[in-house]
Amino acid sequence: MTRLLPYPLLTASLLAMWLLLNGLSLGHVLLGSAIAIAASNVTAALAPAKPRIKRWYLLPKLVAIVVADIWRSNIAVAWLIVRPSHSRRVSGFVVVPLELRHPTGLAILACIVTSTPGTAWVEYDSASNRLLLHVLDLVDEAHWIDLIKNRYERLLLEILA
Amino acid sequence: MTQAADLPVWAALLTSFLVLLGAGFTVVGAIGLLRLKTFYERMHAPTLGATWGTAGILLGSIVFFSVLQSRPVLHEVLIAVFVTVTTPVTLMLLARAALYRDRSEGSTEVPPPVGTDGAAKPGGQV
Repeated sequence: MTRLLPYPLLTASLLAMWLLLNGLSLGHVLLGSAIAIAASNVTAALAPAKPRIKRWYLLPKLVAIVVADIWRSNIAVAWLIVRPSHSRRVSGFVVVPLELRHPTGLAILACIVTSTPGTAWVEYDSASNRLLLHVLDLVDEAHWIDLIKNRYERLLLEILA
Repeated sequence: MTQAADLPVWAALLTSFLVLLGAGFTVVGAIGLLRLKTFYERMHAPTLGATWGTAGILLGSIVFFSVLQSRPVLHEVLIAVFVTVTTPVTLMLLARAALYRDRSEGSTEVPPPVGTDGAAKPGGQV
């Protein structure tokens, strides 16, 4: 089982992608499975870090939080752009000390931070495990550190464990 | 698009709303790219197009083709996934390049590398 499917999640995602592109039929399930299994075995040569997902049921919660935050910050940033420019706004850098060290977790966090308008992942140092963020509307540094750590990082730590 | 005439009114309204919403966010993002002052601020603006700009147009496409073909058309979801997964790569590449340039020029507007102890205190406002 593990020899045939070294990355079951990758294989499942590839099959899902194949079926979304080609439509659901028995032929495509068979062909898609064959391609997904072959492709994930080829990927095994690169030996990417394998995420151990412990708490599946928290994933929808994370997705819901992130979608809501992206929606809210889209509106916030759109307003920052279209409002008169003479109003005061400070942007700046924030250093966030992280606990999360798992490469997959960090990749997900990078996607979240980048996809949320108003925050940008600038630099990460794996030795000190510190993250440098750029925030467009920096009212309160502690607020942003709290947001990253308590809203996203804690959930990611629980999910990946 | 001649088939568009076959679309029920509710679907036509929903599709137009979603497409206009997406296009609206994208154009605001483009305006932001022009209006914001520093490189790091400008980096944030196109994210609007990459998130709800894309999402609005893709949702509109899903509604349009699902109603027209009377079956769920969902392959637009893949576009959303790939855009979300690839945007950080470009953005980090640009941000790191800018940071490297500013640091090697000795700019005081960017913080020192986060790995060094000198950056232990958060700060370094632009």
